[in-house]
Amino acid sequence: MVPTHYYLILAAIIFSMGALGVLVRRNALIIFMCVEMMLNAVNLTLVALANQWGNLSGQVFVFIVMAVAAAEVAIGLAIVMAIVRHKDTINVEEINLLKW
Amino acid sequence: MPLLFAALALIALVGAAGVLLSRNPVYSALSLLLNFVAFAVMYVMLSAQFLGVVQIIVYAGAIVVLFLFVVMLIGGNLPALGRGRRAYVRAAGVILAALFLLALLFGLARPLPNGLAAVGAPDGGSVQALGLALYVDHIVPFELASILLLTAMLGGIVLARRYQAPPKD
Repeated sequence: MVPTHYYLILAAIIFSMGALGVLVRRNALIIFMCVEMMLNAVNLTLVALANQWGNLSGQVFVFIVMAVAAAEVAIGLAIVMAIVRHKDTINVEEINLLKW
Repeated sequence: MPLLFAALALIALVGAAGVLLSRNPVYSALSLLLNFVAFAVMYVMLSAQFLGVVQIIVYAGAIVVLFLFVVMLIGGNLPALGRGRRAYVRAAGVILAALFLLALLFGLARPLPNGLAAVGAPDGGSVQALGLALYVDHIVPFELASILLLTAMLGGIVLARRYQAPPKD
């Protein structure tokens, strides 16, 4: 039986790695992948705690998060495609039309 | 079991590091796949069998494939990103992420209250139990998620369609 704490710590590390990727990478696609990684880390936390307390609500949460992640990827990749079509770049430093 | 957890954690961390470090987005997507599969096995270990299967289908099957499609669609004809971000931006990112991790670990330093893990629900994540929870106790969020997915589908179609100027006359 692995203590729930180990899962939570692993999830924290993976979430931070995802946040690091969002902060330092410039490729919009890789930033998206890092966001997905962060969502997954939260899912792991929810499943671990659902197991800890023997309550299924955590797993239902994970379901909803998965639906949101799928929607987010569909919309996000469509936006990336639109940006590439307009500007021929996926470098987030060059996508600064709204930057004051 | 602890050995399996250690191996899976290592795989997940290697996958995450691969996403972060690789130059080529295709390798990033494949590392992401590694990470997702390790998580799926962990879900099974945490008596969430159905979620493990859904994780494989949705994340590994749909999301990573979608990423790979887009990388293949736009990857070939883009100029390389050139040299990396300025050093101080990178250092600031690393410091912020490290501080964030420290804050999370600080929050985790307290022991958890005693849960029911020792007791363990007999069929914690079975399709039957999860279906009952989803369709009886949590029916409203479930229906809202379906509306969200419909909206996302419409948005994806609208965004990905090539813009055609309306005929003027």
